[in-house]
Amino acid sequence: MQTVKMVVTGPFNAGKTEFIRSVSEIDVVSTERRISSEAEKIKNTTTVAMDFGRITVDKQLVLYLFGTPGQKRFDFMWEILSEGMLGFVVMVDSTRPESFREARHILETFRAYAPTPYIVAANKQDREEAWEINDIRIALRLDPNIKMLNCIATQKESVKSILLELLYTILMEIERQKTYS
Amino acid sequence: MTLKGNLNDFSLSQLLNLISLANKTGTLVVEGQSEAARVFFREGKLAYAQFGQEDNSLVGILHKTNRISAAQYRGIKEKSEGLSDKELGLMLINANYFSQQDIFSCLQGYFTEVVNKLFTWMEGFFHFETNLTPPNDMIMVKVSLENIILEGSRRIKETEYLKDEIPSLEMALKFVDRPGSNLRNINLSKQEWKVISVVNPKNTMRQIADAHHLSDLEIRRIVFSLLQAGLIEIVRPIGRHLPVHSPGSLPIDQVPVNKEERKSLIHRIISRIRSL
Repeated sequence: MQTVKMVVTGPFNAGKTEFIRSVSEIDVVSTERRISSEAEKIKNTTTVAMDFGRITVDKQLVLYLFGTPGQKRFDFMWEILSEGMLGFVVMVDSTRPESFREARHILETFRAYAPTPYIVAANKQDREEAWEINDIRIALRLDPNIKMLNCIATQKESVKSILLELLYTILMEIERQKTYS
Repeated sequence: MTLKGNLNDFSLSQLLNLISLANKTGTLVVEGQSEAARVFFREGKLAYAQFGQEDNSLVGILHKTNRISAAQYRGIKEKSEGLSDKELGLMLINANYFSQQDIFSCLQGYFTEVVNKLFTWMEGFFHFETNLTPPNDMIMVKVSLENIILEGSRRIKETEYLKDEIPSLEMALKFVDRPGSNLRNINLSKQEWKVISVVNPKNTMRQIADAHHLSDLEIRRIVFSLLQAGLIEIVRPIGRHLPVHSPGSLPIDQVPVNKEERKSLIHRIISRIRSL
C-alpha cells in the first residue's frame, strides 16, 4: 500500500479543518482544543497539532490530507508536515483582510520548505463581506502564474475542485520538468 | 542581587524601565549571538555605551559619526596620544574645532544608537553590574531613558514587520524583468548600492549581509526598500539545495522519482477525487 499526502495550510480560522472534513472518508482526526486566548476567540476551538483526513484512491494507494495548525506559535509543525508532500493548498479567509499578511508569510515559508506545486483557495466566498478574489490576489502579491480559486470549505464540490486544480498543477509541473529534462 | 537573565524572558524595554524607575547606577552587559555591549547608567540615566571592543574613544566616536574624516582621525589620534578623552575634548573646544554642545550631542547620539541597536537583539543574556563603571577619563552624558524606550519599541515593531515581509534570509534576489517605477527617479543610498551590486539569484540575502557586514535588520530594511521600489524580487537561490528533512517522521512514502509513475499516480488520484 502506497501513501501520499497533500497539505492544507493557512492562517488561524481560514477553514482548513472544514476543508479536510468535507472530503475525508474518515472522521477527521482533529487535534482541536478550546481556545484560551482572548485575542483568538473568533471561534471556540482551534487545531493545535494537525488535522488528518484520508481518501482511499484504490487498493494500492491512499491519499492523506494534513491540515496545519493555524496559529503562529505552532509553526514548528509546518516543516514536519511539509515533508514529502505532493503539493499544498493555502487557505485564505476572504473575510479577514488582517490575516492576508500571515497567509503570505505561511505561503513563503512552505515554498521555502519544499518546491512543490501549490494553489491558493479564497475561502468563505459565500459571505457578504468576502473580498473579491482579484483583490486578495493583489493583497497577497501573488504571481499571475499561481492559481487562485474561490472556495467554500463546507461544500464538498468546492473542495473537490480545489484539490483537482492542485492535481492538474502538479501534472503540469511534471510535464514541464519533462520538457526541460 | 545581580540582575541577570535572558532577553527572551525579560525584554530590553522592561530592563530599561526598571533601571529608570529604580534610578540605578551600574553597567548593563548584554551578550548577543555574535557580539556584546556594555551600557553604563548613572542614577537611572544613560551615561555611556560601547559595542564589544570597538574604539570608543572620543576621536573614534567623532570619526564613526562622520564628524571628522579618516585623515583627521589619524591626525588627531597621533597628536592626542596620552591624552584622556576629557583632555582631548577640552583641546578640541579650545581650538574651536567643536563646541562643548557639539561634543555632547555627538556622544549622546552615538550612545543612544548603541542602545537602540540592542533593541533588535531578540536573543541574548544580560547582567547588571553595580560595581562596574567605565574609566574615569571618559566623557559621560545624561540621557533620559523614556525616549530611548519609545524609539526601541518602534524598532522592535519595525523588526517584526520586516521579518514578516522577509521571513527567510536564505532566499536570493533578482532584478525584476520590468521595473515598475521610473529608474531615473530612484535615488539609492550607499548601502543600497552595495546590495544592488551583488543582486544575483546565486547569492542569498544572508551571504550579501555577511559580505557587507550588515545586520539582519539592515539587510531586511534595504531589501524591503528595493522591493517596494519594484527593482528586485525574492527568488529561490540557484544551485543551492533546500533544507534536508529527516525522513520517516510521518508514515508517508516518497513520491516516485520516475515521471511516468508520478503522472500515473496523480491521474489515479484525480479519478478518485472526481468520483467523490
